Amino acid sequence: MAGIDLDPATPELAPTGKKRKYINSGHGKRAALLIAPTVVVLAIVIGYPIVSAVVLSLKKDSGLDPSTGMFVQGGFAGVDNYVHWLFQRCTSADGQAGACPPGNLGAQFWQSTGITFFFAAVTVSLETAFGLWMAVIMNRSFVGRGLLRAAVLVPWAIPTAVTAKLWYFIFAYNGIANKLLHTHILWTGDEWPARFAIILADVWKTTPFMALLILAGLQMIPTDVYEAAKVDGASAWQRFTSITMPLVKPALMVAVLFRVLDALRMYDLPAILTGGGGGSGNATTTLSILVVDQIKQGFNSASALSTITFVLIFLVAFLLVKVTGASVVDNPDQPKKEALQ
Amino acid sequence: MSVLETGAPRRFERRGGIDWQSVRTYGGVVVIVVWCLAPFYWMMVTAFRDVGYTFDTALWPTHVTLDNFATAFDTSMGNHFARALGNSFFIGACTTVIGLLVGTFTAYALARMQFRFKSIVLGVVLGASMFPGVAIVTPLFQLFTEIHWMGTYQALIIPNISFVLPLTVYTLTSFFRDMPWELEESARMDGCTPGQAFRKVILPLATPALFTTAILAFIASWNEFLISSLLSSDKTQPVTVAIAQFAGAQPHQEPYTAVMAAGTIVTVPLVVLVLVFQRRIVSGLTAGSLKG
Repeated sequence: MAGIDLDPATPELAPTGKKRKYINSGHGKRAALLIAPTVVVLAIVIGYPIVSAVVLSLKKDSGLDPSTGMFVQGGFAGVDNYVHWLFQRCTSADGQAGACPPGNLGAQFWQSTGITFFFAAVTVSLETAFGLWMAVIMNRSFVGRGLLRAAVLVPWAIPTAVTAKLWYFIFAYNGIANKLLHTHILWTGDEWPARFAIILADVWKTTPFMALLILAGLQMIPTDVYEAAKVDGASAWQRFTSITMPLVKPALMVAVLFRVLDALRMYDLPAILTGGGGGSGNATTTLSILVVDQIKQGFNSASALSTITFVLIFLVAFLLVKVTGASVVDNPDQPKKEALQ
Repeated sequence: MSVLETGAPRRFERRGGIDWQSVRTYGGVVVIVVWCLAPFYWMMVTAFRDVGYTFDTALWPTHVTLDNFATAFDTSMGNHFARALGNSFFIGACTTVIGLLVGTFTAYALARMQFRFKSIVLGVVLGASMFPGVAIVTPLFQLFTEIHWMGTYQALIIPNISFVLPLTVYTLTSFFRDMPWELEESARMDGCTPGQAFRKVILPLATPALFTTAILAFIASWNEFLISSLLSSDKTQPVTVAIAQFAGAQPHQEPYTAVMAAGTIVTVPLVVLVLVFQRRIVSGLTAGSLKG
């Protein structure tokens, strides 16, 4: 742990075994001063909204009180807002609590959760497989390696909002997708085509990023391991499965973790490409889209929903880190991991 | 930082005949390049195509015109693309400068100092980078409504900092960590205060890293959509929101060619930036996400 303040005189051992002295060590106050601005900013832009969201989520939305017909300011709601989403309970005009009618946002919670996780699972699986293949190719030596890496960055550099508009055009009824496939599919309007369009656009945009992260992992594998395996007569496939895969796994896991969290908060792409619609009108509504739709109707239930979303994403991150052992909070003081030990 | 630059490429063995290994490699390269660039190319081709030929499927530009770019900047349909471009630049610049200012000090402390709770600070910053924007948007929406900040620039810049700051801290920490310790040490031996050593030795050396981080931060801010779509007004709208809401001459008619022209304008500067600084962007990106 880096938390322990070492005696300033104790030299630290650097990864190479060379002496690495913290010339500033023992100056906890100075460090605190340097760190303070970041902590303050994060507390204001993230800490405060989070606490505030939880507080808001425990209040009633202001509006007409169904029993008296008077405008009321809300008041304490307890866990009502959470019950509303999790059990899809709505209060009808006569004050009776019951199942939310279809069309009410409350009725969409579990569907949106399902869609969000479905998108995350499918896109990240495809991106991992395709990204791994791209990284293996990019790791070979050939003329124009730099150009390829630049080309790969292009989808990443295009703003998601523009990407969504671009694919909206490609998937237009008269668009190039239908022309090339000789089909007449309503890509952004029908349930499964809409989902497919979103998945394809997302895979196009983010696979390159994944490939670069994996490539960084691949390049830490020393070449002589492959030479040795070749001498021992290992086939290309054997070299891939017993050298590349195990050694690239740590980098791969971090990349997967980042992508999963990104995919679970997906908003821009479905919001612009299909408007969250498709088929029944909400076939591509992710949790983020649902929160934004709800904000326009009432802050407090929206806060409850955003808190649920946050907790879901946090749980997934926690589980992924536990299960895969992805070391994301890596300590700068620890020796860098050698590819082979 | 230099992992990607120094990675030794694998050598090919050629012994006459067809080299299947390099056939497969170049085949793969072609697939990757086409996959990555084809949709972008299609956007540019459409941007230059006369609106009457919007759905022309010729794979090269036909009926070339610059009208779409004029339409994109036309304000008579209620679009304010030029203003939105300016807004994005302004918001991006402010976000980048503040993020860099605040992030640099933290990154330096994390990389070069020993102190208690270091892992906790790292964990907090990492947690912030994984944060779903949707979790903070509701309270911000309400707060900004109450204090009459809706549609102001600060209402867009402040949330953006929450996305940019973790990125700058992570990228710069790994850059600072890789810097030689001897220079700073000898500056201190020569009687520099820690502050002087930082200003005279570390900062000049870190200029390329700061520049790379600034590009990454600016791109992140330039791409933001969720928060801006809710908290901006017509006056402060950034380009991403403006493009998503682009209106055509007729209601319910999507002005595809004008949107593609606008998309080209928004994207091409970024693509040029990426092409020019490709190496550094890649090392910055991977430093920010992979440490090891």
